[in-house]
Amino acid sequence: MDYIDPHIHMVSRTTDDYRTLAQMGCVAVSEPAFWAGYDRGGVEGFRDYFEQLTAFEPKRAGWYGLQHYTWLCINAKEAEDVQLSREVIAMIPEFLERPGVLGIGEIGLNKNTKNEATVFLEHVDLAMRTGELILIHTPHLEDKHQGTRMILDMLTGDSRIQRERVLVDHVEEHTIRAVREAGFWAGMTLYPTSKCTPERACDMVEVYGPDRLMVNSAGDWGPSKPTAVPDFILEMRRRGHAESLIRRVVYENPLEFFAQCGRFEFTPR
Amino acid sequence: MATARSAEQILDEEFLTVRAKLLEVAAAFDRFDRGSGDVKADPRHATLVEAAGLLMTRGPDRAERLQLLFSREYEPGWRSEMGVRAGDQG
Repeated sequence: MDYIDPHIHMVSRTTDDYRTLAQMGCVAVSEPAFWAGYDRGGVEGFRDYFEQLTAFEPKRAGWYGLQHYTWLCINAKEAEDVQLSREVIAMIPEFLERPGVLGIGEIGLNKNTKNEATVFLEHVDLAMRTGELILIHTPHLEDKHQGTRMILDMLTGDSRIQRERVLVDHVEEHTIRAVREAGFWAGMTLYPTSKCTPERACDMVEVYGPDRLMVNSAGDWGPSKPTAVPDFILEMRRRGHAESLIRRVVYENPLEFFAQCGRFEFTPR
Repeated sequence: MATARSAEQILDEEFLTVRAKLLEVAAAFDRFDRGSGDVKADPRHATLVEAAGLLMTRGPDRAERLQLLFSREYEPGWRSEMGVRAGDQG
């Protein structure tokens, strides 16, 4: 089955991973900007990173017929440095008109601090001023519930936001309902030891239905599995779900969300 | 949206997997007991015990309740406490 991984950090993966994704049926990836595993020293580090995301990664993906899209931001882990964050946010518009850029992301919270919230709001303001889609990271483990609620508070407190143009990622059983009831898209991330397993993601599709719901691997430099979406597909099939339902979650829904970006161009296979 | 499988079918398919996961939990509690010292006063241990008890309760939302058990509580007044404005609302 053709599928799209709407959240994967390919700069952290090998070229062989692109090949494997293509072999597994992946036709497109969307890569949010995120933390490199260390704090970057200044705004020029982000300029170089955005160059990599918008120029080299699409080329590398193209070697195996994959279409590559990306999102730009300074991530929540580095948002404690508000001055650096403001320099990066001011620089982002240099890259917004490049092909394949889908919007601002993955912005969000990490430890739910005041500085993280301040930088989150300034990213949202940039997205509103430039008419961009937003992709949101929600915190991990014990911080997820509170952080997700804080994010929803900030989003619903901004009357400029069109909720169908925002994807709130890494939802789990205790956050998915609030995200969807507020009118946002929700993403389920399949990780080996945290976030969701393919089985629990299937459970959430069964409980909440496929509307405004996606599934991703969030493959990165840590413990993660870039082919996790095919694991989800297999589990859905094992449970006897219709191919049309599976395709909606792993292919049609990402396309519907991405298509709201005016720059989005996609060639079906 | 209903599951495509019957409860009996799910039990047939998942019995051994669930059995294995429960055994892992039981073995972990045994290791706590065998280890030197005592962790029973540690709040994390109490949370694990409470989580194990939660599995025995009824209802369709055990996973959600387990997640909330392991979560920090949401504080509705966080914006005023942190002094963070709300979007474009000033």
